[in-house]
Amino acid sequence: MALDFSLSVDQEAVADAFGAFFAAESPIDVVRGAEPLGYSSQLWQKLRTLEAPGMAVPPHAGGGGATLSDLVVVAETLGESIAPVPLVEHWVASRAHPAPEIVSGDQIAAIALRPADAEGIWRLVPGGAIAGVVVGVDGDELVAVQSSAPMVSPHNHGSAPLADRSARGGQRVVLGEAADLERHLDLWRVLTAAALVGIAERAMRMGVDYVLERHQFGRPIGSFQSIQHGLADLPALVDGGRFLAHKAAWAFDVGLVDGVGVIDMDEGIVTEFAPLAAMALLHAADAAAVSTDRSLHYHGGYGFSLEYDIQLYFRRARGWANIIGDPSLQRRRLADLLWGRAAPTAGR
Amino acid sequence: MDFRLTDHHEALRSEIRACIRAHIDDEVIERAHRTGANHCVELAKALGDAGLLGKAMPGEGQDPMVMWMLSSEAEKAGAPFDSVGMALVIAGVLNEAGTAAQNQRVTAALLAGEEFVCFGLTEPDGGSDLPAITTRAVRDGDEWVINGSKMWTTMAQVSDWVFLLTRTDSNAGRYGGFTVFIIPMDTPGITIDPIHTMSTERSNATFYDDVRVGDEWVVGEANEGWRVVSIMFGFERGMANTGALTPLLRRFSKWAEASGVIADPVHRERMAQVAIDAQVAELLTQRTAWTAAIGEPSGMQGSIAKVFATEAYQRHSRWAQAAAGPEGLLGLNEPGAAAEGWIDHDVRHSVPQTFQGGTTEINRNNIAERHLNLPRAR
Ligand SMILES: Cc1cc2nc3c(=O)[nH]c(=O)nc-3n(C[C@H](O)[C@H](O)[C@H](O)COP(=O)(O)OP(=O)(O)OC[C@H]3O[C@@H](n4cnc5c(N)ncnc54)[C@H](O)[C@@H]3O)c2cc1C
Repeated sequence: MALDFSLSVDQEAVADAFGAFFAAESPIDVVRGAEPLGYSSQLWQKLRTLEAPGMAVPPHAGGGGATLSDLVVVAETLGESIAPVPLVEHWVASRAHPAPEIVSGDQIAAIALRPADAEGIWRLVPGGAIAGVVVGVDGDELVAVQSSAPMVSPHNHGSAPLADRSARGGQRVVLGEAADLERHLDLWRVLTAAALVGIAERAMRMGVDYVLERHQFGRPIGSFQSIQHGLADLPALVDGGRFLAHKAAWAFDVGLVDGVGVIDMDEGIVTEFAPLAAMALLHAADAAAVSTDRSLHYHGGYGFSLEYDIQLYFRRARGWANIIGDPSLQRRRLADLLWGRAAPTAGR
Repeated sequence: MDFRLTDHHEALRSEIRACIRAHIDDEVIERAHRTGANHCVELAKALGDAGLLGKAMPGEGQDPMVMWMLSSEAEKAGAPFDSVGMALVIAGVLNEAGTAAQNQRVTAALLAGEEFVCFGLTEPDGGSDLPAITTRAVRDGDEWVINGSKMWTTMAQVSDWVFLLTRTDSNAGRYGGFTVFIIPMDTPGITIDPIHTMSTERSNATFYDDVRVGDEWVVGEANEGWRVVSIMFGFERGMANTGALTPLLRRFSKWAEASGVIADPVHRERMAQVAIDAQVAELLTQRTAWTAAIGEPSGMQGSIAKVFATEAYQRHSRWAQAAAGPEGLLGLNEPGAAAEGWIDHDVRHSVPQTFQGGTTEINRNNIAERHLNLPRAR
């Protein structure tokens, strides 16, 4: 037990295996072919042959028993390829509701990030367009509802399979209390952060490749200092995002949850899972937004055309991050975790 | 990945923290700001006596985590630590490139916290373009005769030694023909002129007029000085001065609590953002130390950490000052000043962080060329 910024040997193997899998099975024409729904059922079936859908579930429930850190490694490779499968949502939902057909991936599960509204509808559930089961809060309860997937999504920024789903129509199982949702959302935050780090990393690489290739004024545009400096800011954002996601996952895996970890703002020490999960998502969302923004900009007008791939990354950087809600509100929530809730009447 | 410190490191960190707390109080901090020297003999001596400076010295076979812990604890406490940080860097360089006699005479005193050293690198016409320096050392019999001037020789007024970069051969290419000396400050011919700054830290211009020294003060080989300063840059970058967001946030939030501003959701959002950036800066710095600890080159990661941390420090201290309103404009220890004037101090103090130890632009050049493998821009 000592500070260690490397992946374990096993995790390196997992990163290589899934990196190679997504590179081979989810090249960019698969991503494009899956638009506008944002889902490739063939890719999902191939993931099933790797037993990927059940990875997050403990072995006693028939799953692969991966740690959150392991899942972070896989999620980053998924983000790098912007693979059109709701693996993150499925993993989180499967931990809440490890039914055999979900663990096997026969049934896709999704997680509603916001409670059902007064009409009992979960709005814009990520993965909701294709999931047979949705886990979410309705009133005081955390429930899983099985019903048929609409298989259509409203056109949306990240070409994600979003849909409104009913919390009441369908086969309904009560899983726990509404308050349980927060833990599941924290897992979603960490894994989405990891996927966004993958987006940020790949967008940075695409920018570097492009500015080396594209010539103007008789030289590669990557030899212009303003472009170099715009790209040189990115490694800190990408690496910082990766370390925050891993630190949050580490805190979860070693049990620094529900107040067991430290929050000492005087000393700048945070090892408690929930605030780390919040930080990881907020930072990774910024990193992915800045990285795709700069990379697209350095593609010039071409970056804006559908033909170039950077726009696919640009849109998912925003689409995957903002689906949980206004980052300003997420920051306020983080402030509550770090400094306690503010008395609502105080202030200026 | 693992984010725990070992029990050994936790124990060391507690020891460092206790030692700093025992020797730092408001008066010591006030003295550093009043005199302009970020320097405290009592603290240096105590750290030296406890053997902590010997443990923190950078270099092969040493534990880079100790340097990071020492810097970060000092930064959190607002302790005047710069002179010790500089001593550690030069001790490391001498340990790697100096003679046995130099180590006996100089390194030992630096690590005891009893003597101090300033860096004589930058010149009026040689800043970022350091190889453009013109201070010359010329052979005269058994001796060297040094003539020239240096800018920004911070801490010269409290130093016993100057680590001096000179030109000894101007026909040896861009990086050839440099020689580094370690010279007693009381050698005849050295004079010091103060440079006062917009913050509380004072620096100096130093002048070298027919300064005569023997071969025993050459560090490394004559004409091989660039190798010596390169060792120094590797030690200097990215392990220290990246932890300023934590004390900034602590002071701001204490003030915000007392004034009721803490309930303002807009400020809470920004406080959360500072907390995120503080975590990122710490993780990037820890990564630098860890990389050095496993024996791999860590300079690039130091550059990455330094640019992120120092830019964020400027951004957030500017915000903190604005958020504190008129009281945020009041200086250290002024009655009524927000956070006892520390916010005003942070705005000022954050300014030179983006050029000391390599400017943001020079570091970005470095990251672009050596990390992203883009072509040379110039
Ligand atoms: C408070 C303080 C303490 C210091 N202490 C010491 C010390 O103890 N010992 C010592 O030797 N030095 C010290 N320095 C000097 C410091 O290292 C230099 O300030 C630094 O190297 C930059 O040099 P310069 O100030 O001459 O700026 P310049 O090199 O003139 O740079 C001016 C501006 O131009 C930019 N620039 C320069 N070259 C390029 C380029 N190729 N591409 C893009 N932009 C570029 C810079 O980033 C900067 O913004 C200190 C400086 C300060 C402010």
